[in-house]
Amino acid sequence: MSLIKQIIDGDRRALAQALTIIENDDHSSQNILTNVYRHTGCAHLIGITGIPGVGKSTLINSLSKLMRKCGDTIGLLAIDPSSQFSKGAILGDRIRMKDLLGDEGIFIRSMASRGVLGGLSSTTAAAVDILDAAGFDRVIVETVGVGQSEVDIASNAQTSIVVLCPGLGDSIQAAKSGLLEIADIIVINKSDYPEVNLTKSYLREMIDIGSAAQTSDAGEQNAISDINEKSDTDNCVWEVPIITTVATTGEGIGDLFERLLAHHDHIKSTGEIIRRHRSRLRAIFESRLRKQLYTKLSQMLSEDYWLRQLEVIMEGETDPYTAATNCIKHFETNYIGDED
Amino acid sequence: MSDNPIRILIAKPGLDGHDRGAKIIARALRDAGLEVIYTGLRQSPMMIVEAAMQEDVQVIGVSILSGAHQVLVPRIINLLHEKGLGHVPLLVGGIIPENEVDELFQMGVTGVFGPGTSTSDVVALVQDVIT
Repeated sequence: MSLIKQIIDGDRRALAQALTIIENDDHSSQNILTNVYRHTGCAHLIGITGIPGVGKSTLINSLSKLMRKCGDTIGLLAIDPSSQFSKGAILGDRIRMKDLLGDEGIFIRSMASRGVLGGLSSTTAAAVDILDAAGFDRVIVETVGVGQSEVDIASNAQTSIVVLCPGLGDSIQAAKSGLLEIADIIVINKSDYPEVNLTKSYLREMIDIGSAAQTSDAGEQNAISDINEKSDTDNCVWEVPIITTVATTGEGIGDLFERLLAHHDHIKSTGEIIRRHRSRLRAIFESRLRKQLYTKLSQMLSEDYWLRQLEVIMEGETDPYTAATNCIKHFETNYIGDED
Repeated sequence: MSDNPIRILIAKPGLDGHDRGAKIIARALRDAGLEVIYTGLRQSPMMIVEAAMQEDVQVIGVSILSGAHQVLVPRIINLLHEKGLGHVPLLVGGIIPENEVDELFQMGVTGVFGPGTSTSDVVALVQDVIT
């Protein structure tokens, strides 16, 4: 119990230890999460995602420096990929966050994705809750460098920032139905590189087409409503800003911070924040359930049974599809009674 | 418990500008299944100890090629004790003259790796220190 109190009181060592327990899913992790949960809900949850090498960590370095100047405290989770082969990982986000080290108002934790493919690790949401409960004003999650569809961050953040850079050309086109869909704010970093205006106009066009498509249903109504009503509807729609930055010099970071605050205000005033909170809770519940069911299943089926199943698959006596179904049947008949 | 990867901090204290060695070690440890938090160059002892605390690592490895190990290592060890992390094993790699190795052990260092050490020896010691 004292560890929980220490976390709430802002003891950094206790916080670090709790994050390890959560990440390893040790037996006391449930107790910590349950007790910490009622202290959550105050932090602004910010997700930063984008393809590898666009400057996410450097951007966070500059943005966090500015946030600190404004007096905000920051809890930061930086996710990097685990090796599929060795399960090891090199977590190098700290290299770019030099300016943030030694500041008591910032806590940085690196996490390996540990086999999860959505851009986060399976315990990232729980770690966010811990940082939230520890009282940080803003909790920032930096995802793994993602491709097109690793968008788990969207259900974990209140504000999602997608970072791109000039010269991506057609890959922006490719990203339109995945990554760009979740963006509340788009950042074109490295905007001192050539082609920045071209990239910006590609993106602007894509967003405009998207919002035109969304509002076309309501279009006819809008056409006959009076001007006042129209501006009310306009206020409810968040127009995704495209911000150009040079993270290494800090250029554009002030603009980004301003839009970040504006987005937070926007979702609070429109009630969108409640919808996002609910979808986050649902995502946590479902992923927790999936993970626990699998763990339970593998614990309850004896190791012999497990190995035998693998063996019959390897020997070609059955196919992996049937074997999986058989496992569930075996589980149902042997472990699930009639009582509910 | 043993299923969870070992977390180790690899750091470059002081002003020397070469981190190829540290990167090779980091890579070897990753390939052995460890989660390696790499700090990058030019870290002060305070930054290293603070990072070790936040990351809650089980081991710390520092790479020093500048010859400043007799200054940097005691500072790191003192800070570790101050922060309640005195139990975290500290390994030192780099250009360490043979007649100064014992001195490092006396300061409380758990392992010293000079030039030519094979990466498998480093991995073995790290795993040994944890279990």
